[in-house]
Amino acid sequence: MIYKVISKKEFTGFIDALVRSNSSFAPRQVDRDHHGNPVYQFQQVQSVDDIAFDYSATASSAKHFFLPFREELSRFLFHGNDWEQQITYEANPVVLIGLRACDISALNILDDVLLNGHFPSPYYLARRKNTFVIGMDHLPLADCFCKSMNHHTVTTGFNLFCSDIGDHYYLSINSSKAFNFLREFETRDPNFDDNCMLVERRKLIQNGFQTEIDVTALPTILDIEFDSPVWEKWGDKCLNCGTCAMVCPSCYCYSLTESFTPNLKAASREKELYSCNLVDFAVVAGGHNFRPKKGDRLKYRYYHQHRGFAENASQQICVGCNRCGRACLAGINPKDVINDLRMEKESCVTCVSSSPRKI
Amino acid sequence: MRDLRFVITPQDINREGFASSVPDFNRRSEIMRTDMGYKCMVTNIVRLTEQERLFQLHIINPVERALFRFRPGQFLMLELPGYGDVPISISSSSSNHEFLELCIRKVGHVTSALFTIGEGTRVAIRGPFGSAFPMDEMAGHNILLIAGGLGIAPLRAPLSWINEHRDRFLDVDLLYGTKEPAQLLFTWQFDEWKMINHIRLHTIVEHGDAGWKGKSGMITDLFNDIVIDTARTYAIVCGPPVMFKIVCSWLDRLGIPMNRMFVSLERRMHCGMGKCCRCMVGSTFTCIDGPVFDYWTVMNLKEAI
Repeated sequence: MIYKVISKKEFTGFIDALVRSNSSFAPRQVDRDHHGNPVYQFQQVQSVDDIAFDYSATASSAKHFFLPFREELSRFLFHGNDWEQQITYEANPVVLIGLRACDISALNILDDVLLNGHFPSPYYLARRKNTFVIGMDHLPLADCFCKSMNHHTVTTGFNLFCSDIGDHYYLSINSSKAFNFLREFETRDPNFDDNCMLVERRKLIQNGFQTEIDVTALPTILDIEFDSPVWEKWGDKCLNCGTCAMVCPSCYCYSLTESFTPNLKAASREKELYSCNLVDFAVVAGGHNFRPKKGDRLKYRYYHQHRGFAENASQQICVGCNRCGRACLAGINPKDVINDLRMEKESCVTCVSSSPRKI
Repeated sequence: MRDLRFVITPQDINREGFASSVPDFNRRSEIMRTDMGYKCMVTNIVRLTEQERLFQLHIINPVERALFRFRPGQFLMLELPGYGDVPISISSSSSNHEFLELCIRKVGHVTSALFTIGEGTRVAIRGPFGSAFPMDEMAGHNILLIAGGLGIAPLRAPLSWINEHRDRFLDVDLLYGTKEPAQLLFTWQFDEWKMINHIRLHTIVEHGDAGWKGKSGMITDLFNDIVIDTARTYAIVCGPPVMFKIVCSWLDRLGIPMNRMFVSLERRMHCGMGKCCRCMVGSTFTCIDGPVFDYWTVMNLKEAI
């Protein structure tokens, strides 16, 4: 990693040059919600003026550039009684600008799951290798809890990471590609003051979190509370819409569908992102549903996010961005569910408070 | 046994591929086998019962056929182009490199379509996937195989292994129960198993009919007929979920160590590679960590059986 400092004016020029010559995606304001707050999404940008650098959080995560909602895995072409299977990877080079530390952490988790397992996914690898990631730090929002998940800083998985230090950006350069791009622009090595300001910035972020979740020994607690009534309580609220998994930056479960093309000369196998909260997630052929109740499915999601992965790869899959909490139509928030679970043994019935400290 | 594992270290994912075109592995490489299937010809279809048929598959490419190896207990993804793919456990002997046998029950969309095809149809298989029964570890012990209904299909592979290496094992008991006599599968092999391979076969049906001369009742009624030397016995159990609970707890009470009882679990699978998470039980994938688990692992998995 090489560290450089660039003035904000020069940085704007750098981003503009990058955006004009590449297919680039960055946060843009797309709408306003019913409270009047702006809604941001990663969308294609043509110039640096389109980019909302001061955005709060995007409604959807950046995972859809790597795991599209629907993706063709292979195609069968029929010739008489025979067929031929074709596989192609479509991975066009893409620049992603303005990812938060938690977004990049989520990509690192996806790398771990999809590339380091028994069977690495070539589809994901093709996209991951053809993506240039520029990260930017930000002051935590009121409901972010990434510090609790230890994902408020990131050290790998990006090409370039920018920390805001007053009128300059402190750049962490993690690839030769980024280094070469930056050669044409005026940068300087960080001096003592720049380093101090970076530390100040880190402190500001560190101390800015208003929401925290106690995740100490959470895998064990989830094991102990497997039959807890808390699951039923929150499960009853759940609408089984699957929104939480769609906006989650690290959810990757999918479903395969296969269909003929209208002329019946070919068939394509497609992958669709799925959600464990959808009713038929665990239905086997013959109709038996291994998770028939709402609470079972909600519980499974928390198990996968906070317990399952901890055993397999010694880290939890949740990065603490709280997109699921913001998007949930039923108002289910990971912070409330986990705190409720911790509280359960102390006050089984009256645990409606959102924070254990209040009782 | 070919290892499909292809480890990409995190250092390799340094995004240096950016701005190049499509990556270099856009060809039929080793890792592609997980998505590109082996093309197979259906050479024979045996009608076992109204609902079950035995499909015999022959991998067309001779190189692929020579490379395809599996261990007893593993499964493969059988694909009927245009309809989808289904996980099917392999019921033929692992030493048979000419053809594969898959016992398929008509239950869903793809299996119903499979029941309409004839001999000569070309299908695709991916795999083999999953864990296997530890046949080498079991050598030198008594083996107790317990099958309920279609559970005999995955047990036929380890049974073939035992038959081919019969001198390595001591007493072998096979308990096999179904609902009706007509649902007993592989009946033509019963005599072969009993007479040639010296396997003590105990069958039972829930509802016997006029022609049925054997026992009637639940599979648990067979437990009184057999003597188990718990210190020297390995058990393999396969059947519907409700059977696991009863049989395994009975074996546990008898004193067979939990790590010597093996079960084969069933879940819905879409990929077979631990990617889609459809078959996840707790923190374990049925497709890569299973389908064969020892009972200790199953006990520790919430919601497993």
